Amino acid sequence: MAEVEFRDVTRRYAGDVVALNGLNLTVSDGEFLILVGPSGCGKSTALRLLAGLDKPTTGEIRIGGAVVNNLAPGQRDIAMVFQNYALYPHMSVYRNLAYGLRQRRTPRAEIERRVRETADLLQISELLDRKPGQLSGGQRQRVAMGRALVRKPQAFLLDEPLSNLDAKLRNQVRGDLKRLHRELPVTSIYVTHDQVEAMTLGDRLCVMSGGEVQQIGTTDDIYNRPANTFVAAFMGSPPMNLIPAEIRSGILHIGSAAVTTVPSPDGPVIVGARPEHLQLHSRYADGMVPARVDFVEPLGSHVLVTAVVDVRDDAAAGATAEARVIVQAPAGTELESGARIGLALPAERTYFFDSETGVAGCHRERISL
Amino acid sequence: MTTTQLPHTETSAPQTQPERRRLRLRLPFSPWHLVLIPLAFILLVPLLWMLVTSLETEGEANRFPPVLIPERPRFENYSEAWAAAPFGHFFLNSALVTLVVLASNLVICSLAGYAFARIRFLGRGALFVTLMATLMVPFQVTMIPVFLIVKWFGDNIWAGLGIDHIGALMLPNLATAFGIFFLRQFFQTVPVELEEAARVDGTSRLGVLVKIVLPLSLPALSTLAALTVLTSWNDFLWPLIVITSQDQMTVPLGLSYFQGAHRVNWPLLMAANVMSLLPMLLVFIGAQRYFVQSVASTGLKG
Repeated sequence: MAEVEFRDVTRRYAGDVVALNGLNLTVSDGEFLILVGPSGCGKSTALRLLAGLDKPTTGEIRIGGAVVNNLAPGQRDIAMVFQNYALYPHMSVYRNLAYGLRQRRTPRAEIERRVRETADLLQISELLDRKPGQLSGGQRQRVAMGRALVRKPQAFLLDEPLSNLDAKLRNQVRGDLKRLHRELPVTSIYVTHDQVEAMTLGDRLCVMSGGEVQQIGTTDDIYNRPANTFVAAFMGSPPMNLIPAEIRSGILHIGSAAVTTVPSPDGPVIVGARPEHLQLHSRYADGMVPARVDFVEPLGSHVLVTAVVDVRDDAAAGATAEARVIVQAPAGTELESGARIGLALPAERTYFFDSETGVAGCHRERISL
Repeated sequence: MTTTQLPHTETSAPQTQPERRRLRLRLPFSPWHLVLIPLAFILLVPLLWMLVTSLETEGEANRFPPVLIPERPRFENYSEAWAAAPFGHFFLNSALVTLVVLASNLVICSLAGYAFARIRFLGRGALFVTLMATLMVPFQVTMIPVFLIVKWFGDNIWAGLGIDHIGALMLPNLATAFGIFFLRQFFQTVPVELEEAARVDGTSRLGVLVKIVLPLSLPALSTLAALTVLTSWNDFLWPLIVITSQDQMTVPLGLSYFQGAHRVNWPLLMAANVMSLLPMLLVFIGAQRYFVQSVASTGLKG
C-alpha cells in the first residue's frame, strides 16, 4: 500500500488536445478516491497515466514517494480493473488469477494459496476451472477484481468496473466493493461517470471536467459546498437548480421580483438551490420567487415539480428569459400545469455563484429574509 | 360468499381461405448446384486424368482417343517412378525447405505484423504502404534482382545460401509481405485492453505477443501456416532458376526428370506427380477451412 501523487500532470495529444491539464492530486495510503466527471473529462487519462499505459506530457507521478514516470506498467506494482474486465479468454479463471503472480515468478505453492484465498473472498472458488467465456457478467466482474486483488498491489485502479452490469447487480457489487475495501484497505482510485457510485463509494471525490479538477472533497463537501456551478449541476439527482439573477443595492432580484436582501456586492449572479431545499408554496407571497408549474412527476416517496421561473430582466439584456427549476415536494402534492406558485429560497442552503466564471461566491452566508 | 360469473364471451376463428396449392416446382437441391457441379467436374478432370494415366501402360497413355479406363491398372508405375529418380532425396529437400520457410514465416510475420498493428514508431504508415506496394509487383519482375542478391549472399556470407543450394530456396521466402499484412489485420482485432491488462500484470511487449496475442490468433496462424506450406511445397519457377544440381532439387523440380527433350514417359511422370501431390492433398483436407477463411478475411488471394 502506498500514497499516490500527481504533481502538475498534463497530457496533451497531437493536435493540441489537452486531455489532462495540470492535475495535482494526492491520494493517501489506504484511501478510496473517486475520479468522477462526464465523458472526456480526463479521468480515464489520469488513471492510464498512473498505470503507465500512457505517458504524461509534463509533470510527475509518484507512488509511495518514488517517481514512476519512466517505469513500465509492470514495474509500478499497481493492479487495474478494466471496464470490460479484459480477462484473458484463452485461460481458465485460475490461470487468469495466477497470471500476474506467475509473471513475477512467485513460488507455485504461494500462487496456489493466494489464488484460493482470493477466490474464497470473492466467492468464485467453484469457477476456477472455467474459461471467461462461460461466466456471467457479474462473475466476470468478480474474476477481474480477483485478478487485481490477488497481487496485493500498492494501489488499485478501477476504470468504471460496474458500468457493464445491470442496475440491480450494480447496487449489490457496490456494497461488496465497500465491504472489500474495509477488509483490505488498499489505496484505490476509482473512475466513474456515475455520480451515485461516486458519492456512495468514495472516502473522497475528485470532480473533473475538461481535463481539470473542479473540486476535491468528501461527499458532504461536494454536495453541500460545491465549488462552482459545474459541480453543483453535475452532482445530485436531480441536480442543483441554477437561476440567473441580479443583485441591486443589496437586494436579490430574480426576474422582476425582489426576493431578499443579501450582504453582497451588486451585479449579476447565479443563485443555486437544491430541489429538496426549495420550499414550494401554492400561493406567491413577497420574498418568494414567482414560478409557473410545467409538469409534476410523482415518485412515490415524494413528488418532483418542474416549474419555470421568469428571469427576464430589463437590466440584463440578452439573458435567458426563463429558467427551469425542479422542486421536491411532499408526496400527494397535486398541481395543475400552468399553476402559479411561489418558491421560497432556503435560509441556509442558498448558494451564489459568479455569473461569469461559475465559481462559488464567498458570500454564502446566511441570508436575511 | 359470492360467486362471480365470468361474462359470456364468444370468439370465433377467422375463416381460413382454402389453401392454394403452390405450383412452384420444389427442387431437392439449390439451383446453384446446377452451376457448381459442372464447375467442380471441370476442376476434377485433370486430377482424375493424372490418376488414370499413372495407372496406364505407355502405349495406352499415347493412344487416341484417350483410354479412360486402363485394361489392367499398372501399379508398377509407382515403384518405377520412385526408382527412376532419387525421389526420397527430393522429398527430403522439399520438406526441409518447407519447414524452415514455415517456421521463419510464422516468427517473422508475427513480430512484424504485431509491430505494424500495435507499436507506434516513426514511419510506420509509410513503411506499411511500401510493404503493401510490394504485393502488387509480380515475381517475374523481381526474380533477376533476387537472383543477384542470393548470389551475393552465397559469395559473401555463406555458400549454403547461394545459387544451387537449398538455402537459396529458403532465403527469399523467410517472410512474405502477405503474411505480415495478414497477421497485422488479425492482431488489430485482439482487444487492446487484454494487452494492457497483461502489461499491468508485468508482461513485456514481447511477452504480450507470445502469451496473449499469439494464443488468441491461432486461427490466423493456422491459415498462414497452411498457405505457406502449400506455396513453398509447390514452388517451381524459383527452384528452376537457382537449382541445377540433382542433390539440391525439390520435388516439383525433380518431376522434370521425366520430361526428356524428345520423349515423355507420361505414366511415370503422372505417378510421380500423384506422389508429390499427396502431402499437399493431406494439408488441404486438414486445413480447408483455414484456406477459405484466409480468402474471406482479407478479401485477397493468398
